[in-house]
Amino acid sequence: MTMTLTINGAEHRVEAEPDTPLLYVLRDDLGLNGAKYGCGLGQCGACTVHVDGRPVFSCLTPVAAVQGRRVTTVEGLGSPGNLGPLQQAFEQEQAAQCGYCIAGMIMRAQVLLDRGGSISDADIRNHMQTNLCRCGTHMRILRAVRRAVDATGARTSSLEAKP
Amino acid sequence: MSRSLDTLSRRSFLTAGALVVGFSMVPRAFAQLVGGGEGGAGPKVVAPNLPGSLKSAPILDSWIRIDANGAVTVFTGKVELGQGIKTALIQVAAEELDVPPARVTLVTADTARTPDEGLTAGSHSMQDSGTAILNAAANVRMLLARKAAEGWGVAEDAVATTGDGRLAGPGGRSASYGEIAAALSLHVEAMPDAPRRDPARYRTMGRDLPRVDIPAKLAGGAAYIQDMRLPGMLHARVVRGPSVGSRLEPLAIAEVAAMPGVVTVVQDGSFVAIVAEREWTAVKALRRIQNAKTVRSAPPLPAGGPNPQGVVEALKALPSRDIVIQDGPDRPANAAHTVKARYTRPWLSHGSIGPSCSLALFQDGKLTVWTHSQGTFDVRRVAAQLVGLAEEDVHAIHVEGSGCYGQNGADDVSADAALIAKHVPGRPIRLQWMREQEFGWEPLGPGMVTELEASLGPDKRIAAWRHEVWSNPHNNRPVGAGGVLAGGEVPNPFPVPEGKPIPMPEGDGSRNSVPLYNLPNLHVVYHFLKDMPIRVSALRSLGAHLNVFSIESMFDELARAGGIDPLDLRLAHMADERGRDVIAAVAERFAWRDRPQPDGRRGCGMAFARYKNLGAYCAVAMEVEVERETGRIRVRRAVATVDCGQAASPDGVRNQVEGGIVQSISWTSREAMSFDAERRTGFDWSAYPILRFKDVPDSVAVHVMDRPGQPFLGTAEAAQGPAAAALANAVADATGVRLRDMPLNPERVRAAVGVI
Repeated sequence: MTMTLTINGAEHRVEAEPDTPLLYVLRDDLGLNGAKYGCGLGQCGACTVHVDGRPVFSCLTPVAAVQGRRVTTVEGLGSPGNLGPLQQAFEQEQAAQCGYCIAGMIMRAQVLLDRGGSISDADIRNHMQTNLCRCGTHMRILRAVRRAVDATGARTSSLEAKP
Repeated sequence: MSRSLDTLSRRSFLTAGALVVGFSMVPRAFAQLVGGGEGGAGPKVVAPNLPGSLKSAPILDSWIRIDANGAVTVFTGKVELGQGIKTALIQVAAEELDVPPARVTLVTADTARTPDEGLTAGSHSMQDSGTAILNAAANVRMLLARKAAEGWGVAEDAVATTGDGRLAGPGGRSASYGEIAAALSLHVEAMPDAPRRDPARYRTMGRDLPRVDIPAKLAGGAAYIQDMRLPGMLHARVVRGPSVGSRLEPLAIAEVAAMPGVVTVVQDGSFVAIVAEREWTAVKALRRIQNAKTVRSAPPLPAGGPNPQGVVEALKALPSRDIVIQDGPDRPANAAHTVKARYTRPWLSHGSIGPSCSLALFQDGKLTVWTHSQGTFDVRRVAAQLVGLAEEDVHAIHVEGSGCYGQNGADDVSADAALIAKHVPGRPIRLQWMREQEFGWEPLGPGMVTELEASLGPDKRIAAWRHEVWSNPHNNRPVGAGGVLAGGEVPNPFPVPEGKPIPMPEGDGSRNSVPLYNLPNLHVVYHFLKDMPIRVSALRSLGAHLNVFSIESMFDELARAGGIDPLDLRLAHMADERGRDVIAAVAERFAWRDRPQPDGRRGCGMAFARYKNLGAYCAVAMEVEVERETGRIRVRRAVATVDCGQAASPDGVRNQVEGGIVQSISWTSREAMSFDAERRTGFDWSAYPILRFKDVPDSVAVHVMDRPGQPFLGTAEAAQGPAAAALANAVADATGVRLRDMPLNPERVRAAVGVI
């Protein structure tokens, strides 16, 4: 079946069985490495992407279900040579060991940033609860998200300060 | 075997005006080869007077090459596992060559390009490869300066490097490394004592260089073996029962082979794999074929399951070879308090977030295998034997995978991919295990038991200490086809090699069973259990996790019995100055003397070990809060100090130790692989839960001791034991209840401590 998908703002026509999880289409058909296969069960979050701004487990989402919707992957936030703000915060905190979970972590955390408002450390922990890390990089991931949240807040307030 | 460099070296050749020497290595006479820290054999030593892995590969250009533009290529037989070794080794090379780190390109383990440094394991990479590269770089810098001095007709000591890849001499003389290297052969043996740079003038080592591998990992760059896509690549899934020792019957092979998009179903003995054009097709075909009955094909798993009594019964039922590790000397002892205790650990999963993956291509009689195994050269040996090729016809290349923390499914999946590729020549095969296959088939970290008896004299000093440990071998790393799953599935299967202990001082189940403290009447026995009812192999820190947990728990049990502060009891028995420094530093940074007093819920604990008694020193202090109603342990803060000698990359060390603490808290407070007689039952993250964000500590602070110029001491596994024991000691301090069986999970804690 031929489908048209909107990935990171660009339209792609793909030929796939409609029950194929979005994860395999992103990786195998579109060559996007960000979303990872971890469990195929929605338990680890390594495959997290955004669909219409909401975080979804791409390993559980049939590709046919995202036609006509906006899909964003970690590649949509920046590239290795031109990291986006949240990715930069992860870089500044050196928040990775093996890093296999990190693209999913970033996509999960970006939702919190997009939501805006005041965000406590407990909010960050609660929000990140769905995603697993095995290297024990949690403390750095929390610091990276905090840093990005604070940077966003700072930007907002400096904008507000201007008349 | 004599060294005959001429027969093995490739020819030197000239390119672009620079003499680039084809790298070479000395011949290897291999018998049993598991090295690089676990097993201790490793590649053959041909130059025992040289430091680190130069011992087995002493020729400079097998480590370092400099082209006409001054670009530096450094070769290591170690691999990136997420521990940051690439960045650390680049820093080492840049420092001792005195070039900017951006000038250095690092090539990691590849059987056609790099030295064989055995396994990347056992916290050995800095000691083996870091030391080799440090000294090779010092040699190269010395040779460059000598060559420049000759050319300029000046004294060698009048030539200096300037940190930017140039040499400077008297009268404003200046030349680039590239110019000098063009006239210099690095195809020479290293000398042992090439002058090293003064640590006070270090420009790169000891600084926090951002890790070179991180940007790609943050933005979907091709960072992992899972991200490789080769032209014409096919996707494979291997067909096995739910866990080791089981198979499926009947297999709907004809039906699956007829599914659109399925290219073939490979059958080789009882080895079965589905090969398809598309990955999802392979997964669906696998799910179809898995709709079959499970047949147990091996003796039942131990009857007692993973609970403490089950672990004890399973291990003590096995025939034991008793290895005496320490036997006195004895002197008269007067015991005021004697404590006897048994400590246990269940079988643990490595729990890699990404299931194991490998690519293989068989073409024109040659096999190429891309692997994330910790033993790239062993992958070649295994694949060659399994598919019946000469080793020279197999090329193994390391590509990073998800973190492994020991021997997960990486070696098995590489052998699987090689075997599939042999049956489907000309097309690259990409095989990734499914989540339940990783949990069901990887070797687990062994279940273990210790029994300790220790006495405190009336002088408040320890009067006697006895430590017994029961364990399977932790080092079942494959060096031949018998060590991987596929080797047992092909026709005429390869026999599984008998498990062997790793001798002390490294040890396996015995690792860190000898306390570093000065203890009289010290007896240590390793009950080595070669028969493995559950498939096991190396998990980060091997036996050190339970041995240090036991020793450091016992220290606190004695301290409590004698009414002594745990810090004082440790310092009173620690003669090693660096050990004392690390313990004192953690006490200082934690404010141990001013710690909150236990109140039934809050408490503090500390623990210490020097990994293997020859690696990094690490002390950990923790403050916990125990929710007595739920049994949940909240770690409020963890403070660690580590002495790893000269830190190449201090932030890399902190990252490893932070991660080690969090991972060890997860092992120690949450994890156990469950099983019944027929199969492992922990097949996903709901049945094998690990720590999630809400349960990680409120804060973790790691301090790296400043040890300029000291030899590298392996760090990556140093925190596993101390963190485990600090946790148990803090819980005991908080509640007055000593928990000796891992995991200290909420159910057990609640049952043991009750509600006040």
